[in-house]
Amino acid sequence: MARTSSSKENAQALFHSLRSAYAATPVNLKIIDLYVGFAVFTALIQVLSLIFRNPFSLPHFYYLEDPQVVYMASVGSFPFNSFLSGVLSCVGTAVLAVCLRIQVNKENKEFKDLPPERAFADFVLCNLVLHLVIMNFLG
Amino acid sequence: MAAPETSTAAVQTLYTNNTLRNAFGGVLSFFILLLIGVMAFSIRLFSVIKYESVIHEFDPYFNYRVTQFLAKNGIYEFWNWFDDRTWYPLGRVIGGTVYPGLTLTAGTIWWLLNSLNIPLSVETVCVFTAPIFSAFASWATYLLTKEVKGTGAGLTAAALLAMVPSYISRSVAGSYDNEAVAIFALIFTFYLYIKTLNTGTLFYATLNSIAYFYMVCSWGGYTFIINLIPMHVLLCIVTGRFSSRLYIAYAPLVVLGTLLAALVPVVGFNAVMTSEHFASFLVFIIIHVVAFVYYIKGILSPKMFKVAVTLVVSVGLAVCCAVIAVLIALVASSPTKGWSGRSLSLLDPTYASKYIPIIASVSEHQPPTWPSYFMDINVLAFLVPAGIIACFLPLSDASSFVVLYIATSVYFSGVMVRLMLVLAPAACITSGIALSQAFDVFTGSIKFQLTGASSNTEVDAAETSSSTAESQTDAVKTEKPEETAKNRPSRKSKKKEREHGEKPSTKAKAEKKRLLALPLESSVISLLLLVLLGAFYVVHCVWAAAEAYSAPSIVLTSHSHDGLHVFDDFREAYAWLRHNTDVDDKVASWWDYGYQTTAMANRTVIVDNNTWNNTHIATVGTAMSSPERAAWEIFHSLDVKYVLVVFGGLVGYPSDDINKFLWMVRIGGGVFPHIKEPDYLRDGQYRIDSQATPTMLNCLMYKLSYYRFVETDGKGFDRVRQTEIGKKYFKLTHFEEAFTTHHWMVRIYKLKPPKNRIRGKTKKSKSKTSSTTSSPKRSGTKKKNPWQ
Repeated sequence: MARTSSSKENAQALFHSLRSAYAATPVNLKIIDLYVGFAVFTALIQVLSLIFRNPFSLPHFYYLEDPQVVYMASVGSFPFNSFLSGVLSCVGTAVLAVCLRIQVNKENKEFKDLPPERAFADFVLCNLVLHLVIMNFLG
Repeated sequence: MAAPETSTAAVQTLYTNNTLRNAFGGVLSFFILLLIGVMAFSIRLFSVIKYESVIHEFDPYFNYRVTQFLAKNGIYEFWNWFDDRTWYPLGRVIGGTVYPGLTLTAGTIWWLLNSLNIPLSVETVCVFTAPIFSAFASWATYLLTKEVKGTGAGLTAAALLAMVPSYISRSVAGSYDNEAVAIFALIFTFYLYIKTLNTGTLFYATLNSIAYFYMVCSWGGYTFIINLIPMHVLLCIVTGRFSSRLYIAYAPLVVLGTLLAALVPVVGFNAVMTSEHFASFLVFIIIHVVAFVYYIKGILSPKMFKVAVTLVVSVGLAVCCAVIAVLIALVASSPTKGWSGRSLSLLDPTYASKYIPIIASVSEHQPPTWPSYFMDINVLAFLVPAGIIACFLPLSDASSFVVLYIATSVYFSGVMVRLMLVLAPAACITSGIALSQAFDVFTGSIKFQLTGASSNTEVDAAETSSSTAESQTDAVKTEKPEETAKNRPSRKSKKKEREHGEKPSTKAKAEKKRLLALPLESSVISLLLLVLLGAFYVVHCVWAAAEAYSAPSIVLTSHSHDGLHVFDDFREAYAWLRHNTDVDDKVASWWDYGYQTTAMANRTVIVDNNTWNNTHIATVGTAMSSPERAAWEIFHSLDVKYVLVVFGGLVGYPSDDINKFLWMVRIGGGVFPHIKEPDYLRDGQYRIDSQATPTMLNCLMYKLSYYRFVETDGKGFDRVRQTEIGKKYFKLTHFEEAFTTHHWMVRIYKLKPPKNRIRGKTKKSKSKTSSTTSSPKRSGTKKKNPWQ
């Protein structure tokens, strides 16, 4: 039966089932998911903006053909620690929020004796350490 | 009525017995741990007792000098320190090329003690840092093994690690090197990783990252951690043990750990750019993909999940291939595929000997021989396979980690003898597990044989319930007594219902226990044999610590028929340099002695043990292998005033410069092609007797070592090479002897200043530019530039 229906119908059915399953998750988990999505989006913007900034502004020099220079020009070596700290802080908060979501989710049987306040306190502590390191690394 | 009452009474007494036993066990473990710490500290004090409280070897002197600077000038000066008294004329950026963990730790301890008005000198703190941290390391081993298998295994592993000779060799009192604190950091990081894996809280994940940061600060071997943990995560995923605790243990560590590693100046951006870290990023991506797949599988029906899989596979495969192709192109564009030379030589043991003679020449980078395994981990070599098997019954996340750790560390220890040190904790953990399991089986059989003979069902039931209670309280033996008092009502009710429910199955359990129990005599004899094995281990460890690994190598002793001879020539030479030369004089020697010269003689050196600049070392090596005039030119261009050579021929000291000469030739010849190794070889051997080649007999190293040597015994018999020397009577034209120590072990020569007037014919220069001037100044003739 799966073969007779077209792949487009399959994709639509999949989409619908995903949506309905996701709508059933509780609100606090959805808020955490929103936060994760925002953090990942910010990280992506930083990476893309750094990769795609140069071709618009540089005139044509021959040494640009050198692959070493191309790599350096595209990634940018001088503000590298700022770039790195920016990307890693976004990725870091995303990861920590996912960990919080795992621990707070009531369907997760492994964490049923971990009170959500303790999970949130751990999350805050971890974020504190992460941002302390980021501030030190920003330069 | 009577039966429940007696059963409750039995349970009550059973329970108080168990709490008492728990409390007793807790106190006992605490005292055992304290004693293990004291033993770990005191077994490393043999060198202080036999010699004195002095810093050993070569590398610790550099660390000691850096710690002195830190103690005197504070942390900001230390962080920005540019050292101009080494690698003349290049200098060395200390702040950016040293792993600061050890020096910061010792500096903090010194500062803390001084602020408490305990005036210990920096040297004392440096000498005793290693034994203190080895006590901490054995406690960390206890914690790690307790997470894997329980308290008994933990205590055994801690006791084994406190004494294992391979760890003693690098952490004896006076061996102030990175490994002293790094091994503690390694075990502690692994413990926190396993703890996070077992509990799944972010608190331990944070602590894990901080401990990893301490490890990155301390030692270059941190790449072992950042590759072993991803390997373990991959293993768990592949064997179907993926759980959310694994995600929580791994993902924050990667992000926080990379950031923290990038904070250390030595590592810097290498944390994201070198291949040593790529494994962690790859597994980071993989674990996210796997977690996402599990999540989708959880919220979709199976049919929909299949549809999702086909869709994703068709679309995602193309994207994946493109990304992987780009990555491979990037990595393959660098000549070493992004790995550093040292890491490559670990993966391919023959790499260093083919391409990087400097790495191949360090004695601790050679592969170990078979006897060194028995010397360094002794009895543990037999117990490790038993421990690996014990890890599989039952297999948990933590025990699979231990198996992976021991497998990888055995491989790396086979490549480089210095990495036997990483094998030591793994061997102790697995042997501790094996020993404690064996003890459990034997003592359980003895107890069963002695008490299980009665046929009363009630006693049987009480027995089995107490045994089940025992097996449950085993895991919580170290719980505080207050906690057990709190849980008392719930425990009691649980015990009651368990007792009633298990009465039908007790018979089956008793039967099973009877089959598993060993006969009484064999258990007793096996126990005695195990204790004897432990006794052999202890005797060997104490012997190794006292005789083999306590030599400070800066002071030598030998026993002869008229008592103990002490050879303190090194310190004699450095003291002479310190008191009889100008502060700005440069001293040239082979790189082995650089750290000691800067620390003890306080003079500028040309090359030292950091060996970061191969060309500079090759220059010194070429100078040592050239005839006197050429060597003088090279040294004069480097502003050298004094040349130091180590010579063991009079007393039979085998690690002298003539024995190291082959490396000078090889390294020098690697950069300057006019030094050819076959010129110095006769029949493929380096010889210094009458059969030696003329190049050998004319080179600077030969002349500086054997100048006036024939005056000692009239024949010039070299006790190390066991022959008479080839050229006995010769004069030095460009050097003059400044100092020779008491046993001729260190010889210092001064460069003769250039002549002001040249008598007779003007010397023709060898340079390309023709100098037609006949001016009396020697500076008219062009100095030969050794770099052209």
